[in-house]
Amino acid sequence: MTLDKLLVVAAALFCCGLYTVMTRRNAVAVLMGVELILNATNINFVAFSFFLSRVMGGQIFAVFVIVLAAAEAAVALAIFLRMFATTGTVEVDVADQLKG
Amino acid sequence: MSGPADFIFYAAAAMTVGAAILVAILPNILYAAVALLFSFAGVAGLYVLLSADFLAATQVLVYVGGILVLILFAVFLSNRIADVKISNPGRFRLPAGVICLVLFGVLSYTAVSTPFAVKKPVYLPTTADIGELLMTRYLLPFEVASVLLLAALIGAALLSRPDRGAPEGGEMEEGKR
Repeated sequence: MTLDKLLVVAAALFCCGLYTVMTRRNAVAVLMGVELILNATNINFVAFSFFLSRVMGGQIFAVFVIVLAAAEAAVALAIFLRMFATTGTVEVDVADQLKG
Repeated sequence: MSGPADFIFYAAAAMTVGAAILVAILPNILYAAVALLFSFAGVAGLYVLLSADFLAATQVLVYVGGILVLILFAVFLSNRIADVKISNPGRFRLPAGVICLVLFGVLSYTAVSTPFAVKKPVYLPTTADIGELLMTRYLLPFEVASVLLLAALIGAALLSRPDRGAPEGGEMEEGKR
């Protein structure tokens, strides 16, 4: 296990998440892609803090990223449920009422 | 580090990336959510190998126990399971795949070809250090995060309430996180 192997794993995870965000039409699936991207960044933070420095900053940052991901997931899913109650679907193409 | 630790690293990395690829390509969103569970568990294994025991426990508790349950909850509530099957074919598959493969190549080349000044890793328990740092040096972000969680709790509870005029207490499950 070396730093560059971990970075390659994180890059693969990021690209899977990006592909999910770009191709999915269901809003819940898009949220899954966002969670994958956040996990990839967390791996990078922890790996750099483990291999390149002795301070805990990377792990603390990863804790805050997890907190933000939890808050974001709760609010986003509440919005999706409200959108489903309003429009009857959670497809992201449908939510274009604000388009000028 | 060699031998069994390397084997565990390759197993955890394969589980993480393989499950993430399944999340990206499976048409059934419910199967994708279950694959996401394995991806999160693999990331927790990587945290253990990186001597981040507190983060590994947090990953299992918050992601596997919380966010994934929320996502499954939303999948079940926001799809008409009875009359359509829960699948949605993607769009822009070819350009998105090309972009992601090129990006992966660039990122991997950068990660492999950069000479990092790697120090000799040390394996120590981290929970006490993280707690002490959160209460001293990172106290302001900690408090801001608590305010943010309170705002998210109130916002999610307000958004998922069925009707503004009927103050019922039964629809508050969304705000538990």
